[in-house]
Amino acid sequence: MLADAKIPEGYVRVFRRPDSMSDAPYTYCPGCHHGVIGRLVAEAIDELGIRGRTVGIAPVGCAVFLYRFYRCDFVQAAHGRACAVATGLKRANPDLIVFSYQGDGDLAAIGTAETVHAANRGENITVIFVNNQIYGMTGGEMAPTTLPGQRTVTTPEGRDVRATGYPLKISEMLAQLDGPAYITRQAVYDVRHVQMARRAILQAFRNQLEGKGFSMVEVVAACPTNLKVSPVDGNKWVTEQALRYFPLGDLKVRDR
Amino acid sequence: MPKGMALIDRERCKGCGLCIAACPFGVLGFSDEYNSSGYNVAAMVHPEKCTGCITCAQVCPDVAIEVYLFRPAPVREAR
Repeated sequence: MLADAKIPEGYVRVFRRPDSMSDAPYTYCPGCHHGVIGRLVAEAIDELGIRGRTVGIAPVGCAVFLYRFYRCDFVQAAHGRACAVATGLKRANPDLIVFSYQGDGDLAAIGTAETVHAANRGENITVIFVNNQIYGMTGGEMAPTTLPGQRTVTTPEGRDVRATGYPLKISEMLAQLDGPAYITRQAVYDVRHVQMARRAILQAFRNQLEGKGFSMVEVVAACPTNLKVSPVDGNKWVTEQALRYFPLGDLKVRDR
Repeated sequence: MPKGMALIDRERCKGCGLCIAACPFGVLGFSDEYNSSGYNVAAMVHPEKCTGCITCAQVCPDVAIEVYLFRPAPVREAR
């Protein structure tokens, strides 16, 4: 443990784990981007000083484990229904800061209806959407966001768009609506993009504090285990493949 | 150049190597050691090159790295 480490004299700590994270070690696979995104959310909670009144909504999928790694309250929703549960929590108790943290198999598949309607109503919640183009927890099946030609265990010859359609661009869909205040797409494959994603997540939480309404940060992530590549090649997959279908940037920013 | 130090939590490290790939100065590398989960942990193989830029800690998916910067207390001039 780091607590026992001897620090030479004259050294000051410039980076450490956020206070909102528990001491439990992550149970994600090596190189999984969930770890970085989870840390950025915890840093946003720390920076805004809202830990005592923050409630996270855990979805179904790898992202569900997040509740173990935080020192704030969590509710687990039925598969895909995180935005609906968040709506109820926020409406019943407007003082709470409510965020959902969902993967693409949850938000973009079984939970599309709840997400679209929560966005359309402009619910004052924060949604973190981790898009890794695959079902991670269940063993690497095709997700709605899987890229054309991408090999998964259910599309061993690559995704055939004539049979299964094209990658679902949730952020572009939601950005067309009048309800959402902030829709952005970020990535965490290198340090510059980690910093940009950090600012976006912070903005999404600030919007909720200021009552601006529905804010969603989509993060294009890699799942090296199910892509069957090394973690470093997982980052390459994001830059060379995923970003061709999911370009980064702010899709909607409403000032009021 | 500022003098830095990346302290890696051996038990949290899963040996994914993202910090090694991200370090702009080639400070980090795989050590010869394995932790209790059987992962080959990363370590500072060239500690003298570290500037404390926190790049490794920012990309670490397991939040296993703490970064320290050498900032000695100002020395008073002898009278």
